[in-house]
Amino acid sequence: MSLITFDPARVPSFQVAAKGLLGDTQMRKNVRHATTVIQNKRAIVVDEMPDWQQLRESGRQIKEHTLKHLDFYLQQFEENCTKAGGVVHWARDAAEAREIVIDLVRESGSKEVIKIKSMTTEEISLNKGLEAAGIHAYETDLAELIIQMGNDLPSHIVVPALHKNRQQIREIFMREMNLPDLGEKPADLAEAARTFLREKFLRVKTGVSGANFLIAETGGVCVVESEGNGRMCLTLPETLITIAGVEKVIPRYQDLEVFAQLLPRSATGERMNPYTSIWTGVHPTDGPRTFHVILMDNARTKILADQESRQTLACIRCGACQNICPVYRQTGGHAYGSVYAGPIGAILTPQLQEMHSGKSLPYASSLCGACYEVCPVKINIPEVLIHLRHKVVEQDTEGFGALNPEALAMKAMAMLFTSERRFRAAQRMGRMAERPLVNKAGWVTWLPGLLGGWTQVRDLHEMPKQTFREWFEQREANDGK
Amino acid sequence: MANSVAARTEILRRICVATGPVADQAAIEAEWRGIDREYKKVKSVDHEGLLHQLEDRLRDYDAGVYRSTSDGIPTLVRKILTERGKKTMAVPSGIPAEWLPAGVTFVEDTRGDVSVIDSCDGVLTSATLAIAETGTIVLQDAPGQGRRAVTLLPDYHLCLLDAANIVQTVPEGIALLQPTAHLATTFFSGPSATADIEMTRIKGVHGPRFVDVILIVA
Amino acid sequence: MQVSLFITCYNDTLFPGTGKAVVQVLERLGHTVVFPAGQTCCGQMHWNTGYQEEALPLVARFVSQFKDAEAVVIPSSSCVAMMREHYVKMAVLTGDKQLLADVEALLPRVWEFSEFLTKKLGLTDVGAYFPHRVTYHASCHGLRSLELGDGPAKLLRNVRGIQLVELKGLEQCCGFGGTFAVKNAEVSSAMLGEKVQAILNTQAELCTACDNSCLMHIEGALHRQRTGVKTMHLAEVLAGSEGDAQ
Repeated sequence: MSLITFDPARVPSFQVAAKGLLGDTQMRKNVRHATTVIQNKRAIVVDEMPDWQQLRESGRQIKEHTLKHLDFYLQQFEENCTKAGGVVHWARDAAEAREIVIDLVRESGSKEVIKIKSMTTEEISLNKGLEAAGIHAYETDLAELIIQMGNDLPSHIVVPALHKNRQQIREIFMREMNLPDLGEKPADLAEAARTFLREKFLRVKTGVSGANFLIAETGGVCVVESEGNGRMCLTLPETLITIAGVEKVIPRYQDLEVFAQLLPRSATGERMNPYTSIWTGVHPTDGPRTFHVILMDNARTKILADQESRQTLACIRCGACQNICPVYRQTGGHAYGSVYAGPIGAILTPQLQEMHSGKSLPYASSLCGACYEVCPVKINIPEVLIHLRHKVVEQDTEGFGALNPEALAMKAMAMLFTSERRFRAAQRMGRMAERPLVNKAGWVTWLPGLLGGWTQVRDLHEMPKQTFREWFEQREANDGK
Repeated sequence: MANSVAARTEILRRICVATGPVADQAAIEAEWRGIDREYKKVKSVDHEGLLHQLEDRLRDYDAGVYRSTSDGIPTLVRKILTERGKKTMAVPSGIPAEWLPAGVTFVEDTRGDVSVIDSCDGVLTSATLAIAETGTIVLQDAPGQGRRAVTLLPDYHLCLLDAANIVQTVPEGIALLQPTAHLATTFFSGPSATADIEMTRIKGVHGPRFVDVILIVA
Repeated sequence: MQVSLFITCYNDTLFPGTGKAVVQVLERLGHTVVFPAGQTCCGQMHWNTGYQEEALPLVARFVSQFKDAEAVVIPSSSCVAMMREHYVKMAVLTGDKQLLADVEALLPRVWEFSEFLTKKLGLTDVGAYFPHRVTYHASCHGLRSLELGDGPAKLLRNVRGIQLVELKGLEQCCGFGGTFAVKNAEVSSAMLGEKVQAILNTQAELCTACDNSCLMHIEGALHRQRTGVKTMHLAEVLAGSEGDAQ
């Protein structure tokens, strides 16, 4: 993660951001290619599972059950992790979480940390906070390394540098790693990263990670990864600090049998990811001597309290929704102005902001439902999007807000629909009003105001001379004769 | 940390407000047991089929795959290591001495400085179990498998697994691991990989890039 | 059977030909069609855009118009999806217990047009003749909410004279999405670009679907780009017969 972060108060709306990004030819090519590849990979390993739908349903039920009893399971995790020698901390918000990490890093006696990719640490802008406290964080995940060195922002939950191609990456590495020469093949780039990072792994005393799953029954923590940098950061340092949103807890070890199948197939289209690590507390001769876990709220309990959008917290961060989303496919992740992009970002980001910002995000969707279809834990994202749109409208129409153009138009349309007489009148008026806009061939190529977006990119056929109901009634009248 | 107590109380209070009062443990357990689990849990192929499936998966990952009886192990180990050009191998404590051939230097990892491991050409270990469907091998902190660093730092890993410990599905694997769930556990399925560059899967960023597996059959 | 037709607000105003075609096909099959005149809109636009209060009265309106219908047929899968996915919840929100009961009793009798033919009537051949090269786009609501499956394709395959060409990426959203088409016009257009490209690649004369909302959006670009390719609702393809002047 670079020191640039998304500032939710200042990012442009999705519409505005997308407009600019649609012109980024390189990004669009990369995103189209990457999402197509991973969609196909996922389809293969999902299609070969005759019990895929049953797994999804179990995943959904486990998460639903856990969220219903979240306090019980968090306390059970805390108890068991502590028994095994871990130290458990609680953080109410991002600022508190950062503070705890900084204090713990100082306590460990290190001015540097090595990090595994963690969306949670991005969410709280941890690196920026560490830097301000005089602590340098080395990203060790290849994509995060690319992002950090390129002073960039992640654009995808699982493949954060998806928007970059090999040439761009090569340039970044040559510059930041001081390499006079570097091959362009992905294998060359990976080799450069391997050498550069190994030195860090063997030297830096303190590691920071996120967690995929916190196991309440055993107090264990599970991290799922591909590259091996996770294993390095989890086992070589003397001190390990793990930060996890409170929704990461799962009830029992056995529940891993469901998520270990759902996650890799959904995230990277593999039967199993290369490395999964599970550890419990500390061990005198294996791994860090000191282990801290920070359980973070940061608005999650607010989401928990909203019955209709609680399911947002079931997310296991697989990114399948991003990969299938036809909107994301066109805009890439940066348009969402948040570390969480795509469909999950559209519902999670505004809620993490407690609806103070990110309000354009619930509208960044055509409600096609493809995300719901692929979500391994069956989050009904379209349903949550509609719910959040309602919240946005309620906010926006408070007081004088009720006079905003869209709200007025909606109220006017509603009046038409609640009366047959008004509806028919509007149909007649529509035909009259559009007459000046219709060209000789019978098409409208420009519409004013709120409807202008239509004709920006499409034509509109002129309204027919007779509505259906007029035709039907006329036919009945003729038959009557 | 004093703050943490206040934070803890507050977060638990918020959760209570959001979800209602804590149900009693028995009720929660009963509800957990009521979760539908209609996914596949047991194996549907015979043992030879399992071996084949695992070998296929391992070969997909570019791992070397071999079978041997217990008696044949040292000869096979020497052959493989000679072909790979490995002269010194790290081993965790608990590897049966009769497995190790002459002609190769084996250095036991005494769990001190990791430079001991780094100075070897590779590592030789046993394994806890394997999941055939996904081509996964599971290592735990147990005799013959060692601490996690020993199978992480070397560029080459020669892994010996008793074929009787191969299961087909992930649920079967997890069930077998349940009694030792507290041990540090690593699942590996192929060598390290990344798809971060243009979604092209590249082998070997960190961790062993080269893996050979010997399945010990009766 | 006596079929009650809910034409939908936008079909009524912009695509009366689709309604005519529905009537034609159903009458050809020996059914009678009635049209409750007080009908207006299902409320989808308001509900989906976040204006829930404005959408609520439309549930009661729909129920009052169609309560006693033997079968309600709607040539728009998004409107049917709206009702199946949200009407019960909306009725609950009004607090009107009778309305809730009425909605639950009515919904099983509500059908999207193509599924009325394939699932209710059990037909895949409706005696149509349409000698043209046609491709089919699977509207998202029909595909995912109504699970129409290959019903529409089966109906199309049995049309005499038709040359049906499969659309690559037929399950990918066209980018309409209701008010999304206007509020996020640029992205909507980008998504439409891929759909148009796929349609042109089939070299079809026209693209058909179960929703005029998608088709209006698709045709908007096909026309702007002067491709000469048209769109036409599935009902109008099925209404085709030998006597038609093409």
